[in-house]
Amino acid sequence: MSTLPYKHYQHAHCESGVTANLLRHAGINISEPMAFGIGAGLFFAHLPFVKVSGTPGTTFRTWPGAIFKRTTQRLGIDMHTQRFRTPQRANQALDEVLATGKPAGMLSSVYYLPYLPEAFRFHFNAHNLVVYGKENGQYLVSDPILEDVTKILPEDLAKARFAKGTPEPKGFMYYVKNVPQQVDFTKAVQAGIKQTCFFMLSPPLPWFGNKAIFLLAKQIKKYPQKLPPRKASLYLGNVIRMQEEIGTGGAGFRFLYAAFLQEAGEMMQRDDLQQFSAELTKIGDDWRNFAYHAARLMKDRKSDLVSYDELSDLLRVCGEKERDLFGRMQKIKW
Amino acid sequence: MKANEVPQDKRDFKEGDKIHKLMYAVDNDGKYTGITSAGWEAENIATKQAWDAVDEELAETAEKVKHGELSPIAYYMQKNLMEVSLLAKYVGKWQWQVKRHFKPSVFNSLGPALLAKYADVFNISVDELKNFGK
Repeated sequence: MSTLPYKHYQHAHCESGVTANLLRHAGINISEPMAFGIGAGLFFAHLPFVKVSGTPGTTFRTWPGAIFKRTTQRLGIDMHTQRFRTPQRANQALDEVLATGKPAGMLSSVYYLPYLPEAFRFHFNAHNLVVYGKENGQYLVSDPILEDVTKILPEDLAKARFAKGTPEPKGFMYYVKNVPQQVDFTKAVQAGIKQTCFFMLSPPLPWFGNKAIFLLAKQIKKYPQKLPPRKASLYLGNVIRMQEEIGTGGAGFRFLYAAFLQEAGEMMQRDDLQQFSAELTKIGDDWRNFAYHAARLMKDRKSDLVSYDELSDLLRVCGEKERDLFGRMQKIKW
Repeated sequence: MKANEVPQDKRDFKEGDKIHKLMYAVDNDGKYTGITSAGWEAENIATKQAWDAVDEELAETAEKVKHGELSPIAYYMQKNLMEVSLLAKYVGKWQWQVKRHFKPSVFNSLGPALLAKYADVFNISVDELKNFGK
């Protein structure tokens, strides 16, 4: 295990970013796209009946915690994970880990992180960050979405780590215990791609995977009839925020995943993966185009049927192209 | 998205310009690279709209508190972006109890310990909580 000083790298997404930063510190050369792809982070779900602050839930990624767990398991890395009952015990355990020279990853609520600007602070309880030291009574924080490292007071960190709601982080903390001599990236990449294809294509329910893109397209078409203009606008805005605002690297993680396919293609010398990467980049541009037009519609607040219809069609095209892409990717002979 | 097309539209509300996020984009040879972005107009519109909705609702609730229709707890709950379910968890009460505390008459009869608990959750003093809207 290295005792080198901790090095902070900025990443697009908190979970894959923390995973990459912790593993790099442990001597494994892994990028954020690699961590995201091996952890099968790409997904889509739309749940009209689950209201998050009054708007239907939409996500472009898999559930929190999955990327980190799958990536470390697929690479055979021995991790320590722990939850706590009280903030005192959590801070004490953190201090003990830091004393051994290891950085620790942990879950927190973005609402209680004073170093983030207000524009980003809401009650989201699955934000990952790394604490890599303590100085003058403050913890040194490496938050992967920030350009640089920062600091936090122990009481503020405790508040963020013991936020209430769903899910409750309960001080969840993790660090690298052991890394194997040899890490087999090829097998991990294959398993990651297979799982992503499976999750995109196989769920028999309309709310998950590729099918959910068509569900959302259908819903958007109905917004002008079903909802008052203000609400339709807020619903649409929420989709854009999930796609672009929440540290996705652009186009709802599509660019991040395309970067993974490219890197995997280079590593394994496979042209087909490179080709899939280029295709997904184009699909990502389609998603951006959808967001651009959705935002314009929102700004004008005109609820004429044609524009919502057009938006729905833009989305349907994204869904069709992705269904085709993941369908072919699923048939890859390894 | 091409690296030279990564938007740099400033997010000029609620200190949003303090963060430059990392985006993934392709260079001229089609190779992926990380580029920091100040923001994107489409995203900014959506985020701004969500915050405006919060601020509008908060202003409405503030009026209601001033007119004696709701207690300050309703106001500070919204100010902290909470819903009844979340606030109930923080103060260790049932949701129906928290909703009851929205009534000014019930609020005025709350004991000091419970008021202190609410004030602590909202990160304000008990006096601020009691005197809001007066």
